[in-house]
Amino acid sequence: MNIDKQPTTSYRWETFSHMADIGIRGFGNSPEEALIAVSLALISVITDPQKVSPTSSVSITCQDDSYDLLLYDWLNCLIFKIATENMLFSAFEVELRLPFLRGTAWGEIIDREKHTPAVEVKGATFTELFFGQNDNQWIAQCVVDV
Amino acid sequence: MEMSLLEKISESCWQIPAHGTMRVPVIIYGSEKIIQQMDQKVAEQASNVASLPGIVKASFVMPDAHWGYGFPIGGVAAFDPDQDGVISAGGVGFDISCGVRTLLTGLQEKDIEPIKNKLADLLFKEIPAGVGSHGKIHLDKNEMDKMLVGGAKWAIEQGYGEEEDLQRIEEGGCMPGADPQAVSNLAKERQAKEMGTLGSGNHYAEVQVVGKIFDEAIAKLLSIHEGDIVVSIHCGSRGLGHQIGTDYLKEMVVCAQKLKIELPERELACAPIQSDLGKRYLGAMRAGINCALANRQILTHLIRKVFSNFFPNISMPLLYDVSHNTCKVEEHSINGGSKKLFVHRKGATRAFGPGHREIPEDLKEAGQPVLIGGSMGTHSYILVGTTQSERLAFSSAVHGAGRAMSRSKALKEWKGKEIIKSLEAKGILIRAVSERGVAEEAPLAYKDVSDVVEAAHKAELAKLIARLDPLICIKG
Repeated sequence: MNIDKQPTTSYRWETFSHMADIGIRGFGNSPEEALIAVSLALISVITDPQKVSPTSSVSITCQDDSYDLLLYDWLNCLIFKIATENMLFSAFEVELRLPFLRGTAWGEIIDREKHTPAVEVKGATFTELFFGQNDNQWIAQCVVDV
Repeated sequence: MEMSLLEKISESCWQIPAHGTMRVPVIIYGSEKIIQQMDQKVAEQASNVASLPGIVKASFVMPDAHWGYGFPIGGVAAFDPDQDGVISAGGVGFDISCGVRTLLTGLQEKDIEPIKNKLADLLFKEIPAGVGSHGKIHLDKNEMDKMLVGGAKWAIEQGYGEEEDLQRIEEGGCMPGADPQAVSNLAKERQAKEMGTLGSGNHYAEVQVVGKIFDEAIAKLLSIHEGDIVVSIHCGSRGLGHQIGTDYLKEMVVCAQKLKIELPERELACAPIQSDLGKRYLGAMRAGINCALANRQILTHLIRKVFSNFFPNISMPLLYDVSHNTCKVEEHSINGGSKKLFVHRKGATRAFGPGHREIPEDLKEAGQPVLIGGSMGTHSYILVGTTQSERLAFSSAVHGAGRAMSRSKALKEWKGKEIIKSLEAKGILIRAVSERGVAEEAPLAYKDVSDVVEAAHKAELAKLIARLDPLICIKG
């Protein structure tokens, strides 16, 4: 199932198979770390996050009553920023205190030569949507429609 | 799919009888081989759909079905507004009104052979495709709202096409009942620079040759002959449709939670057709349909311009334009009477039979053209609706091949560069933004579209008319 792991110090991400689309998953020691990790997994669907220089930033604010809806909103806000700012991201900072999520995503304008973007992400979905603790670690995941 | 769950009705039709919370049975069309290859999730999701309020007759599954979001992709379900029927954002999908349109060219393969590479290059240059591409048309808020109401008709008023095109588009190119006020500012902002863009994934613009005719008489009515060059476009409502799907899916999920409605899958969330949320979604979704129709119309204009560069006097009339992610109000025969139903087609094409009033006069005898896009490098097909299709599945048929392999697995199996090279050796030119994207869209990552089309033909959902073979494929 897990096909694309990236080892990091305190968080890691992976993608997982879904027949038509693709699943993204982030692990961390805190909800914030899991969010950062799943955000990198989202970018990996489009391009290798290591190809993206974190030179400029966008701010994102979400508000919701539950962790999983915040995850849905956060990912869809990132997808919106990718589309409207024409940017890809590789570094994130988030502050989560239910019901608020405030974050900053750093990245750069899409360069088709440099990033060779594989596919456009249409939206984060409720399929396999989970944001919570499992075995003492935080997991944030869902399937994204491409 | 586990066949022991199914009751065989005929060689091409199988049933899961209503049980538990199901209000109607699930009817699955396809050969035993095709159904065996379907995900088990399809049976589960179609059964969940069968349990929704107001569903009429059955939850139908087309031969190309696969695991979707709430509804299976390749699912058809009709709801009666007078029986507490519902409308579902998941039952339409994120890419509202994604569809296929085909243009005639009057050219033969020998005409394009000498300029094939140049034609491929210019199409790739002129058609904005893939992540990071933007169209040349930027709409302000006022013009955006006009586009959302006017669809392809709006596009033609702006100079992107001919008045005659409208006759060959479902709903005459303009979906009535669209409500731009029900579309969020986020959705409009997302679409502002995306008019006339192709997108990515399985979307494409393709130059094709008519490789085989299966029914000469109907092919003649459609003005297609063996050896003709046609151009097909597969794409949808771009960022606007995606954002409408995102916005309303959440609103429907949250609404279900508040009302403590137990859903087997959250993406099955829906709203009563008569409710405020149901009406708003319907208005927004119809605006999404118009956006898709306008988008395909602008792409048509770009393609015509490219062709006229090589063939100055060329005429490229529209053969037809179909949408395969929609919910439409249609009149259907139920229990000997006629009833207005809200028909969700999620990855399914409308296929009205001969004589239907929605079909243009000059095609009435043939039946509604059903345009089936293949995957990159494979055949596409033209079918027409049958008289039987109304009785079988509310006049619906397949929409495409459907994936057989996940993107991750495809990426491990193939390299984009090798695929491009091997297709070029077969005379098929690929122009794509990303080699990784090409690998993910490898021909063998999809089911065999020929099997799917044959199953639809045998089930009499639609009648097979012509096979189209790819010559140039532009991918995002």
